[in-house]
Amino acid sequence: MSSWPILSLVTFLPLVGALFCLVVNGPKEAVDRNCRSAALITSLVTFVLSLVLWADFDIAKPGFQFEEKLAWIPSLNIGYHMGIDGISLFFVLLSTLLTPICILSSWEAIQNHVKEYMIAFLVLETFMVGMFCALDLALFYVFFEGVLIPMFLIIGVWGGKRRVYAAFKFFLYTLLGSVLMLLAIIAIYWQIGTTDLPTAFEKLSLPFRWQFWLWLAFFASFAVKIPMWPVHTWLPDAHVEAPTAGSVILAAVLLKMGGYGFIRFAVTLMPEATQYFAPLIFGLSVVAIIYTSLVALVQEDMKKLIAYSSIAHMGFVTIGIYVMNMQAVQGSIFQMLSHGIVSAALFLCVGVIYDRMHTREIAAYGGLVHRMPRYAFVFLFFTLASLGLPGLSGFVGEFLVIVGTFKANTWVAFLATTALITGAAYALWLYRRIIFGELTKSSLKAILDMNRREIAVFLPLVLITLWMGVYPASFLDPMAPAVDKLIGDYNAAIKLAHTASAKP
Amino acid sequence: MPIGLESWTLARPEIFLAAVTALLLVYGVLRGEESTRFVAAATTVALLVTALLIFIPYRQGTAFASLFVVDRLTGTMKALTLVGAAIAIPMSQSYFERVKVWRFEYPLLVALSSLGMMLMISANDLMSLYVGLELQSLALYVIAAFQRDSVRSTEAGIKYFVLGSVASGMLLFGASLIYGFCGGTAFVQISRALLDGKAGELGTVIGLVFVVAGLAFKIAAVPFHMWTPDVYEGAPTPVTAFFAISPKIAALSLTVSVLMGPFKPLFAEWQQIIIVVSVLSMALGAFAALRQPNIKRLMAYSSISNVGYILLGVASGTEKGIQAMVFYLVIYTVMTLGTFAIILLMKRRDVMVENVSDLAGLGRTQPMMAFAMMILMFSLAGIPPLAGFWAKLYIFMAAIEAQLFWPAVLGVLASVVASYYYLRIVRAMYFDEPAEGLDRMTFGVNRAVAIAAALLVAVFSLAPQPLSLAAAAAAKGLFP
Repeated sequence: MSSWPILSLVTFLPLVGALFCLVVNGPKEAVDRNCRSAALITSLVTFVLSLVLWADFDIAKPGFQFEEKLAWIPSLNIGYHMGIDGISLFFVLLSTLLTPICILSSWEAIQNHVKEYMIAFLVLETFMVGMFCALDLALFYVFFEGVLIPMFLIIGVWGGKRRVYAAFKFFLYTLLGSVLMLLAIIAIYWQIGTTDLPTAFEKLSLPFRWQFWLWLAFFASFAVKIPMWPVHTWLPDAHVEAPTAGSVILAAVLLKMGGYGFIRFAVTLMPEATQYFAPLIFGLSVVAIIYTSLVALVQEDMKKLIAYSSIAHMGFVTIGIYVMNMQAVQGSIFQMLSHGIVSAALFLCVGVIYDRMHTREIAAYGGLVHRMPRYAFVFLFFTLASLGLPGLSGFVGEFLVIVGTFKANTWVAFLATTALITGAAYALWLYRRIIFGELTKSSLKAILDMNRREIAVFLPLVLITLWMGVYPASFLDPMAPAVDKLIGDYNAAIKLAHTASAKP
Repeated sequence: MPIGLESWTLARPEIFLAAVTALLLVYGVLRGEESTRFVAAATTVALLVTALLIFIPYRQGTAFASLFVVDRLTGTMKALTLVGAAIAIPMSQSYFERVKVWRFEYPLLVALSSLGMMLMISANDLMSLYVGLELQSLALYVIAAFQRDSVRSTEAGIKYFVLGSVASGMLLFGASLIYGFCGGTAFVQISRALLDGKAGELGTVIGLVFVVAGLAFKIAAVPFHMWTPDVYEGAPTPVTAFFAISPKIAALSLTVSVLMGPFKPLFAEWQQIIIVVSVLSMALGAFAALRQPNIKRLMAYSSISNVGYILLGVASGTEKGIQAMVFYLVIYTVMTLGTFAIILLMKRRDVMVENVSDLAGLGRTQPMMAFAMMILMFSLAGIPPLAGFWAKLYIFMAAIEAQLFWPAVLGVLASVVASYYYLRIVRAMYFDEPAEGLDRMTFGVNRAVAIAAALLVAVFSLAPQPLSLAAAAAAKGLFP
């Protein structure tokens, strides 16, 4: 156990890089070069630091580790309280891993406003990591919503043609959800007099009528973020219009905020409402899985297709969380991590050819395997991972969720499984249309295969996907005690509520 | 009753300001036009010294046969008003020099209106309330029309004067009803009479409604807001900046001291009115500005919606609510000063421009100022980790604790709508291509104010505690 505030370091180190970029001055060329390197170095150092977290993490403990507690607004009992458990550990790692990859992937793609771009990404990293570490509701909210500012700018400044529309839609949609959650947080504060999360776990016991409304408020926020059908419509727009790295972060980390929020807040603070609303979640998720998979089949735009497939994958996550047994919850966390890696890689794959051809239309490609064998391999690898090929990461999460769900509700499991078939259909069909066939389009005749920088971007992702698929225990073991505790607490709370209601 | 020394010491900031203003007026009249620079500087210093005099040494109590009251809340509000006025004067200089009306009367009128505001804030009697209010209003009518060769400015002045007089009339009518039914004008007398059973009488309730309507006009709350966009747009920009800050603070403080003082026994009656006014202000402030091209009008609607949030804190009627109001007002002042400082810098080919679309491409041409403006806009929209978020958080905390659930829900929804037009400004600066860039924003007071405000707003999250404590101490003034 290190005694220095390592979580705060990991969280705020990117800001140092951002500050450096802010003050750097001189001719445009030099500024751009310096900002790129500074951003890459800072985010790499941050990543290495976050690996220390993993190394020092005690996997036997269910509670929070590396806790830091400072008074923030002591007169209101709002504190700066950070800490991670087995659930949040990997989300922190996911954020710190993907930021340098994003920065590296936009090395050449971003040519204007490089300085601002790097600042936005570093600030975004601080908010993301902080959000997964926050153990205070107010602090969590600050990070959770702070994300909107850099993301709004990333979509709006460096995005595609309809970027303004997409940026506004993204911002307003997510803001609408989160302000209701803010009220719920205030209501919880009003009940227990503090926003400290561990204290809330212990002390908060709300009557069902309250849980009902507060759960809905949290749901409004997280369901938009994840996103669940029918509030998912911001996602295709935002994904399509965002620059590649923006889509990567959106898909890989921002969507996970919703799932993480459900696990950390909605389930633990409002167990009765969780049980009460589980059928609603199942219904919406099943609709999402079936509907968005079908929608993905007919997309003309690569990014849009992957965006819809994300919604389907997130449907598994929400089902898993609300089944509330060991396999399903672990499965959905694993699914989130796996999706974080795989969808990020898929968006990067799209980015590779977009940088060359400046179009995302599927019809504009075909037969790339003849010119880009390395690219064809990488793309196939992640396509298979996405549709859940055993041995790669996507399989483990989906399998665990379905096993867990089968125990709880056979029909939900059955309907969710259809996604495996449709998922294979749209993913493989996309692959066939882009990679296979004859290379007939004259514009593609001179396309170049991946260069060394691009290989460096993909290599870690390929290795991690393999690792997660072949030996998932290195990820499942650290989260097991925390998930076990989560489910134990939940069942205890439900039991307590039942005995209380049985007594007259 | 003889007026003791105690009264004079309690009122020394007001007396100091009145004396300095009178002296400077004489000096200005004798020296003529060339005195402007000195008078402006001296008035700024005098306003700041007055703010210091309130707290060094701090005394509290009532004075002049209880016409006048000093406590933590009034002290804080006065200091905030004075600081706002003191910053508004140097901010005006370049604008008025450009239109060739940089005259010594302007800073003096600002000082006189500030004096009126101080009297309003400290009023403890319907009489002193009205005197302070009129002193303030008359000075404000004049400075609204200060750019007298501009049609828009004179029109704004006339509009403000006519509508302001109607509001004063309503206030007086209400006050006379209250006087008739309660048998006195002093706040203590009213409160005692209400507790003794006058609360149920129709006349007092009607009087209350009229008083509240008059006050709602002064703080520009819906449905008495109609003058605001026109006056904000027509008045010279530095005057608009001043209008958005000091008079608003003073009138809100007055509203609170009237509602929480003499009318405390009628809490159930006025709470309903304030809730409705608050929700309507938040909603109208959000919806009306969605497509507003003129940035001054946009800021007028923005100030209407901000008043809505502050009134939500007032409606809770608790110490937390008052604390939230003070907290909000401080942050609101900083954000508004910064925003108007940037609006004052918007020039193209040396002509002031005031449309949102004029900001197009500012992120490219002048990254520093665009960055400052962006921070201020996100803060006004209430996005964490900026200061504006904390302001709204405090308000909603107070509202939830007072169990005002539906107004709070409507409030947050309105804040989402309102965020749209703040984002429009960010969009213009960063997403749109520059048509013809604005002139380089020169170094000077306005630039310094804008950058300082943006910086304060940006780093506020590091230490919200001191302001929170100060606001709590101020709220103690009403809840001893």
